[in-house]
Amino acid sequence: MTPDVITVTHGVVGYDGRPVLRDVSLNVTTGEVVAVLGANGSGKSTLIRAILGLVPLSAGQVTLFGRPIRQFRQWHRVGYVPQRLGAGSGVPATVAEVVAAGRLSRRGILRPPGRVDRAAVAEALRAVGLADRAKDPVTTLSGGQQQRTLIARALAGRPEVLILDEPTAGVDAVSQEAFADALREFTDSGGTVLLVAHELGPLRPLISRAIVVHQGLVVHDGAVPEPAGHHAAPDHDHVHPHGPEEPAGLWSAQ
Amino acid sequence: MSLFQYEYMQLALLSALVIGLTAPALGIYLVQRRLALIGDGIGHVALTGVGAGLLFQTSPVIMAVIAATIGAILIELIRERGRTSGDLALALLFYGGIAGGVVLVGLSDSTSAHLNAYLFGALSTTSRGDVVTIVVLGTAVLLTMIGLRPALFAICHDEEYARVSGLPVRALNLLLAITTAITVTIAMRAVGVLLISALMVVPVATAQQVTRGFRSTMAAAMALGLFAGGAGIWMAALADTAPGASVVVVAIASFVVVTVLAVGWRRIRRVRPHPAPTPEPHEVVLNGS
Repeated sequence: MTPDVITVTHGVVGYDGRPVLRDVSLNVTTGEVVAVLGANGSGKSTLIRAILGLVPLSAGQVTLFGRPIRQFRQWHRVGYVPQRLGAGSGVPATVAEVVAAGRLSRRGILRPPGRVDRAAVAEALRAVGLADRAKDPVTTLSGGQQQRTLIARALAGRPEVLILDEPTAGVDAVSQEAFADALREFTDSGGTVLLVAHELGPLRPLISRAIVVHQGLVVHDGAVPEPAGHHAAPDHDHVHPHGPEEPAGLWSAQ
Repeated sequence: MSLFQYEYMQLALLSALVIGLTAPALGIYLVQRRLALIGDGIGHVALTGVGAGLLFQTSPVIMAVIAATIGAILIELIRERGRTSGDLALALLFYGGIAGGVVLVGLSDSTSAHLNAYLFGALSTTSRGDVVTIVVLGTAVLLTMIGLRPALFAICHDEEYARVSGLPVRALNLLLAITTAITVTIAMRAVGVLLISALMVVPVATAQQVTRGFRSTMAAAMALGLFAGGAGIWMAALADTAPGASVVVVAIASFVVVTVLAVGWRRIRRVRPHPAPTPEPHEVVLNGS
């Protein structure tokens, strides 16, 4: 049996007393590419944040590479891609500078960047197709290119597992393809992926398993549900990506 | 230039140069984190330390370092907890700090000229001991800001990502808070409590009009700070103006000049330095995520 990379056992998360994840259990083993699907407000982003230790569990347990999250220290094995680049403050930063932050998990904070780090940054930029933009300020990039910058940042640390929060939401077709290529390259070399999405698009052929979250519970864990018509969502109305919005207030804090 | 043959002017110049170099090197992180005015707030708290120092006849600068450090740590803990009540808590700390300072100075036998020296700076009365303190602490802060640049950049740019990278985020935040307190306190002697934030923030604001990356912004801001420090003291010596205010006036004048030149340059070139981000076709319907 292949070793577990991520496990969640009866995970419960609540914000201000309101339960968001009610009782979630899942596992991701080495080499799998798992998609977590669900509507807005289903708790899928919270699930990702709980796995990364960014929100505390009120019950249950998360392990990464076999270690409980509180004791996990090998963060260089994990590459995290958030939903978007922070709002930014006006201080310019080049694409290469943002991507170089991905090397800190390997290098630590005291050692200055060396040749290995620069090579890893260049390689990550090539993988997402942004090598020619390395010296440009990130703010001059399109939304899709900024998203690819964040993926390059995660790849630069040479992680074993990539955890991505809505990597293709609102991203143009060119960037989606470039992103799918980068992900394929990563999984071909043995990488494990857990990603949250509500539409898979060009990623679909890469996904080995899908987990559908609805109202804080796992309602499906297995083959990727077949899309009905142009709806790239499982045959549940409640995960319909174009469905009526649930109150967004809960998520606006993120 | 003959004024610089006097030792007090040389000391004033040296202090201003060290502070001019150090304040923007720290300030760039504060600007990036949208805490541009934090230096101002910590300055207010430091004033209570000055008051305590004058009242108890101990070194006002050391008391100010202690008060400012405690204040900075409190502010950081408030920031970490959440943002809703943080705003108000910061205001309480700031005004409490300045009121406490004024009351304590009043209780001591110091004259108002003494308080003025801390409010607006008094480089020309800076002693050799003060200058040693400024140079030693300033160099320590400067080396920390340059040496830890990748890590500090990471926590100020994307704190959650830094956490998932396994960086000691809390320790780095506290380090930033404490170095801010130290910088504020040493800059207090030069530009005064009321103008400290200017030296931390204005050179950064000037630099980012023309730079493309974080590292180049930092280098340019430090150069501008150094220039403001030197030119400000020179102007103060020539025109017999308050040194702290002169340094800040030079910094702000640089901002205006650079901004006008940068705008003009872009006009002349007509072509923008980068193609504008192409609007993205809406391939995906967003549910307001």
